[in-house]
Amino acid sequence: MSALTDDTIPVTPRAMRDEMMVFGAMAVLLALVPLTDIYPFFVMQALCFALLACAFNLLIGYGGLLSFGHAMFLGTAGYCSAHALKVWGVTPELGIVVGVAAAAALSVVTGFISIRRQGIYFSMITLALSQLLYFIYLQAPFTHGEDGIQGIPQGYLFGIFNLSKPTVLYYVVLAGFLGGFLLIFRTINSPFGEVLKSIRENEQRAISLGYKTDQYKLLAFILSGTLAGFAGSLKVFVAQNASLTDVHWTMSGEIVLMTLVGGLGTIFGPVVGAFVIIAMQQYLAGFGQWVTVIQGVIFVACVLTFRRGIIGEIAHYFRRSL
Amino acid sequence: MAHRNRRAFPRGSFPPCLIHRVDGIFRPEAAGPGRFSKASRRACPNREKVAAREMASRRRLTGEICLADEFILETHGLTKEFAGFFAVRDVALKVRRGSIHALIGPNGAGKTTCFNLLTKFLKPSAGQILYKGQDITAMAPADVARLGLVRSFQISAVFPHLTALENVRVALQRQHGSSFDFWRSKSVLDRFNGRAMELLSDVGLSEFANTPAVEMPYGRKRALEIATTLALDPEMMLLDEPMAGMGHEDIDKIAALIKRISAKHTILMVEHNLSVVANLSDIITVLTRGQVLAQGNYAELSKDERVKEAYLGAGHA
Repeated sequence: MSALTDDTIPVTPRAMRDEMMVFGAMAVLLALVPLTDIYPFFVMQALCFALLACAFNLLIGYGGLLSFGHAMFLGTAGYCSAHALKVWGVTPELGIVVGVAAAAALSVVTGFISIRRQGIYFSMITLALSQLLYFIYLQAPFTHGEDGIQGIPQGYLFGIFNLSKPTVLYYVVLAGFLGGFLLIFRTINSPFGEVLKSIRENEQRAISLGYKTDQYKLLAFILSGTLAGFAGSLKVFVAQNASLTDVHWTMSGEIVLMTLVGGLGTIFGPVVGAFVIIAMQQYLAGFGQWVTVIQGVIFVACVLTFRRGIIGEIAHYFRRSL
Repeated sequence: MAHRNRRAFPRGSFPPCLIHRVDGIFRPEAAGPGRFSKASRRACPNREKVAAREMASRRRLTGEICLADEFILETHGLTKEFAGFFAVRDVALKVRRGSIHALIGPNGAGKTTCFNLLTKFLKPSAGQILYKGQDITAMAPADVARLGLVRSFQISAVFPHLTALENVRVALQRQHGSSFDFWRSKSVLDRFNGRAMELLSDVGLSEFANTPAVEMPYGRKRALEIATTLALDPEMMLLDEPMAGMGHEDIDKIAALIKRISAKHTILMVEHNLSVVANLSDIITVLTRGQVLAQGNYAELSKDERVKEAYLGAGHA
């Protein structure tokens, strides 16, 4: 068998090819959206949540860590970007940097605290920390409490792109989403991603091979939190506000829901899940409070019938990795 | 030599001056690069350092045999207590370098607990563990593995959704840095494919290279686990019931494999299959109720009344 050379050993070339093809199709379809009469605001919002769900999925789907406080990264980045843009009057790119940096710093701190615990304890600590933050944002003067930060100026990105034009904003958000998605995709398919998967599969074994698993989980947590923050900063330009909704624990629950509906541990699942959930909120808005009930029913149906999620079931059916 | 000892001391362990036997056989390269801590140097008061150095030089002068050189792993008074119940009590174990050492005993004798203590997956309540003369009692499990003391598990421990090749590669990539690189493509890991295939063919798994571990038959999973462990090139392997749940054919294969790898690696194994133990092991330690009952080779032990009694009960002996 030693005749086998390196290039004759296909590790996962087919999987990689499939995924890249689907990625290409997704990018093209999304790029065509402004040419259709689909409401761009809806797609932009969905893209922000899709990136958020992908970041969350990196942590749970590949690291096996269920964070129940991911809204804190979304909200923190949102508030910091909004504050920087509105009060300090910085340029959009700097506003994004401020938000992402704040989320990154927060993920380092919360990661250090939470990563040492496992399973339900990890989830509870992340939930507690995000509730703590929620209370701070409720009281802190710069967030304007219940009112939130409103009327955030969109400005010119890099001094060229006028973000107040919906089409320009759409492509900027799309570029941000695709960039974030590719970074997650690369992380999953990197040497680090391999170790992360092995920790998810069997942490004890990974330790016995000499891996200090806490360090890997912490890096995954920081990456996930930072990217969730990036989604939060992008969302500020779309919604032009930053409010308490984004740090509330129900938002954390929604992120979990999106990922589960789309397919936990699949690459495209969170994107599909985010679109499904945001579409429901958008187009079922006429039902008022009943949207929550419908969401609950879908969640139950998902857990009972297609536990792998939409993309998970499709991938399983075709025996492909998506 | 004492100077080299001090420099090579990894983080989180006792400073060398606290090791009872500082005899200059510690090999710095085994500790792995870049893990030396200044803290351990500071933590070592001068007085004790001098004493340790004197002791070491006295040993060299008198030509005293370095026990740690002969025994790769030693425990003194190793004890694990779970709320009043002693799972392991005052166990003194000495594993000779290059041997196959078997740990046997009836169910609940504390064999697996003993393994967990040796690899630091459990913290001992009392006692001391010396690996190559170095006190590893306070170390983290990952650090122990990095020193070359690697274990397997009773329940087959593979990474189920990785292919056999990827399973072995995960072990190979650890020693070569780059495991934190999330921005690089995993194609950089392809350089380990050759070595991984070698290891897989060593255990007869070549044709399974691209099979996810979860789809492999049980016996093959155990073989894969051994291949993964061997990828770390450990000086000492701890195998927890390598034959558990296997058919005859697989048992013979794995036994032959263990025999083969014992040429280069010291092996401590827990095993219930006594014919395997009889054929493979150089020395056997019998544990009952957490304590060492007897030790010797198979011929000696099979005549030992206490061992018979422990296995069959007093009435049958």
